[in-house]
Amino acid sequence: MRRISFAALSTVLISTSAFAAEVAPGDVSFDENGGVSASITSVAGDPVAGKAAFINRKQGNCLACHINDDASGQSFHGEVGPSLNGAASRWEEAQLRGIIVNSKLTFEGTIMPSFYRATNGARTMEKFAGKTILTAQQVEDVLAYLKTLKEE
Amino acid sequence: MNTLNKTLTCTVAALTFATALYASETDVLVINEEITIPTSAPAPEGSPLDKVISGWSFRKHETQALQMDDFDNPSFIFVDKASDQWTKVEGTEGKSCASCHEDVEAFKGLRTVLPRWNEAKSELYSMENYINDCRTERMGAEPWKWSKGKMTAMTALISLQSRGLPMSVKTDGPVEPAMKLGKELYYTRVGQLDMACSNCHEDNYGVMIRADHLSQGQINGFPTYRLKNSKLNSTHARFKGCMKNIRAKPFGQGSAEFKALELYVASRGNGLSVESPAVRN
Ligand code: HEC
Ligand code: HEC
Ligand code: HEC
Repeated sequence: MRRISFAALSTVLISTSAFAAEVAPGDVSFDENGGVSASITSVAGDPVAGKAAFINRKQGNCLACHINDDASGQSFHGEVGPSLNGAASRWEEAQLRGIIVNSKLTFEGTIMPSFYRATNGARTMEKFAGKTILTAQQVEDVLAYLKTLKEE
Repeated sequence: MNTLNKTLTCTVAALTFATALYASETDVLVINEEITIPTSAPAPEGSPLDKVISGWSFRKHETQALQMDDFDNPSFIFVDKASDQWTKVEGTEGKSCASCHEDVEAFKGLRTVLPRWNEAKSELYSMENYINDCRTERMGAEPWKWSKGKMTAMTALISLQSRGLPMSVKTDGPVEPAMKLGKELYYTRVGQLDMACSNCHEDNYGVMIRADHLSQGQINGFPTYRLKNSKLNSTHARFKGCMKNIRAKPFGQGSAEFKALELYVASRGNGLSVESPAVRN
């Protein structure tokens, strides 16, 4: 897990600065399969914060569409998408990041929202206009959490 | 990665899973132990669906039960209020609905053909438009707000007269542009979540989305009483709610866009029996 140590290192490096460097939504670079290999923040993802954002109905709300036994304390898991049990054993980190950032580049035409994209759908409510659903840090946090979902 | 296959597998799995908690299509809606209402019908021509299914079939048994007896159906509190309103004189002309229409039963069948083209007004008309024309032009009374209590109660009373009759809105002739607009709105992704009506109600009906069992989003039961807000909800109010959930700015209630969408959605359910006023969560 080379990237993690790199991310940890960069955390140390930027800790003197008040701002964490973030890749703007329009600047994220995808590989040909819709994966994103580089972290989009300079702060390592936090799986605990990631689980919270995953569950939160106003943030990831991932349970709306996905079963996840690790969050069995939450009632009502939707079934629009596949179960996320063991997701980290099925997908590489870069692909998982790409799926969270903009799922449409991995799954063409999917119903799954794009959580960190520069453009929103038409008629987006003023309150949300020009905003991403998740912040860059939340994307990395959710990713860190997804990476804990391994096949038993 | 075959997206379609995945979705199909999910749908089948969810349907199998759901049979215990939710009614299946074979469940029959019998109201007051005497009116049997088919809750599915062959899909109308050109439909992307195999068959059309009432939203009732997707609700939990206890919600379904509320619609099976008019004494248990909370909508009827409002229907009773509308019956009182029916004979109430209002406006400068000193008239009530009953002054001209006598019996509300004469509106039997009306609900099945609305919205439709109003020749005199050269406009697509929903039931609310007809009612407000009578209030403003014939009674000299204030119009009612599209989705407010007096209006939804009255549309419930009038729609009830068609209960059990199949929906059959006209889709050709002068309403063609509205049909086209409605279809476009149905399939266009909107909002921060960037979804179209079709993503949920066509691609994923029968599947759980968090705590909700997705239906085809049919409107044969409107106005519907919702346990969530303890009142009757107009079709346009429901459209508004769905748009807000995906963080999209809704169109105005009574707007040309929502009327076009109402017509298009109604046409997708042509053949389904009117269940108004239905009960939903
Ligand atoms: C509106 C429904 C919806 C929401 C909300 C949603 N997803 Fe998805 N997701 C899907 C669907 C559907 C698929 C399958 C791809 C397809 O067929 O379109 C999917 C696929 C995935 C996959 C690949 C899973 C696999 O093993 O194949 C991952 C990982 C994933 N989603 C993560 C997330 C995360 C994390 C969130 C919350 C931040 C989320 N999803 C929110 C619908 C959703
Ligand atoms: C994110 C998924 C989603 C989207 C997108 C969506 N809806 Fe819904 N809709 C729901 C849910 C959940 C319900 C409540 C359960 C049900 O009946 O499906 C619902 C209910 C409805 C109902 C009530 C059905 C009944 O029998 O009472 C109608 C009508 C409806 N939606 C129309 C629409 C229209 C029109 C659009 C597009 C403007 C739309 N919906 C977009 C999720 C969605
Ligand atoms: C002064 C007489 C008058 C009063 C009072 C009146 N209406 Fe009407 N209403 C009419 C006439 C006439 C039409 C038919 C217009 C036409 O055919 O174009 C009509 C049409 C309608 C229609 C459409 C029926 C159809 O088949 O197209 C509805 C619904 C309706 N009225 C409801 C009401 C309600 C509800 C009230 C009370 C709030 C009311 N009306 C009060 C005279 C009246």
